[in-house]
Amino acid sequence: MYNQPKYVPMRPSTFFRDGRSERPAVPGTVARDELNDNDAVYQGRVGGSLVDTLPVPLTPELLARGRERYNIFCAPCHARVGDGNGMIVQRGFSRPPTFHQDRLRNAPVGHFFDVITHGWGAMPDYAAQVPVADRWAIVAYIRALQLSQHAPASLVPADHQADLNQPLRLPATEFGKAAPHGVDYPKEVQP
Amino acid sequence: MPQLFPHSANSSVRVSLVILVTVVAALAWVGVSYQYGPYTTRQGQTREQPVPFSHAHHVGGLGLDCRYCHTSVEGSSFAGIPPTKTCMNCHAQIWSGSSMLAPVRDSFRTGESIRWTKVHDLPDFVYFQHDIHIAKGVGCQSCHGDVDRMPLMYQAKSLQMRWCLDCHRAPEKYLRPKDQIFNTEYTYPANQLALGRQLIQQYHVRSPQDITSCSTCHH
Repeated sequence: MYNQPKYVPMRPSTFFRDGRSERPAVPGTVARDELNDNDAVYQGRVGGSLVDTLPVPLTPELLARGRERYNIFCAPCHARVGDGNGMIVQRGFSRPPTFHQDRLRNAPVGHFFDVITHGWGAMPDYAAQVPVADRWAIVAYIRALQLSQHAPASLVPADHQADLNQPLRLPATEFGKAAPHGVDYPKEVQP
Repeated sequence: MPQLFPHSANSSVRVSLVILVTVVAALAWVGVSYQYGPYTTRQGQTREQPVPFSHAHHVGGLGLDCRYCHTSVEGSSFAGIPPTKTCMNCHAQIWSGSSMLAPVRDSFRTGESIRWTKVHDLPDFVYFQHDIHIAKGVGCQSCHGDVDRMPLMYQAKSLQMRWCLDCHRAPEKYLRPKDQIFNTEYTYPANQLALGRQLIQQYHVRSPQDITSCSTCHH
């Protein structure tokens, strides 16, 4: 009763030579609803060249999803701010380039989709871990990250323009020194 | 007529009664310990694994999200044990010569599966689904314990039916907001019962009558 002669996920099989009960799809199989014939969405390319506009609707939900997925799958190396100094890089992995440079600001969105799908340099592909819809959400969020570090002052709403000329409100006596134990910096000024 | 029993018989009867009660109590204690104790449930016991994988290091230390490896946990009954490729995402460069990781490299080279030992093994007559629990606000921690502090994986809870029912009878004791499901540092607020009752409404958790019915889990 506890262990019935049936397959549950990951239960080994003596029937197949590789010992797995999970079987790969026969080559050429197209699952229902997975024809994936929209090249812009599924390949990030149209006619062989990378798409330059997001092929899915850009919504606040997409960006929120993108932030969540970016923080799960990308931030370990690329860091939450996108400068490429994530925890795994600090432990010895090759440092990826920062997103905040002209080459990547000018790269078409299809480039990021392509890199997530196929990998790039030391970066492995994330095709198995990140489904297509989430890849576009991440791409959209990368664009938001890039804007966050490279926004012109004119984008600041008119009623906050004056704030730009205010001196930074940093705790003058504390900032830049090692934090004594028990002192919590406000989030936005953490060194 | 002479007495049938010597005077000492009185004490013998009393002593045997005490012994009888003690023996019955001891047997009951052994039975309960066997039924609910770690000998049967394997609660708190680490298992031999081909690679001594440390969640404490990867989750607690490096800050990886549960879903980096357990990718299907939000959309499937099964959370997903990562394929060897996921290990190699980092270990192609990090600790790439470590003998501890030799089984991972062998598996990647040959395509043979690593044979991990399942730690949370429910009986086959229970149909547990990860996705519905996450959709209704049950945190990973509620069932798996402080995984981010486990150098070797063990089952933190008994996983016995009465343990499941403890929550199914009163979900408000354990539910948390959905954006806190994967937070390993979550602490329950002081008004947990009120929050829990609100989350039950918000996430449309069905009534205890419904979710304690046999066929909810045994179908």
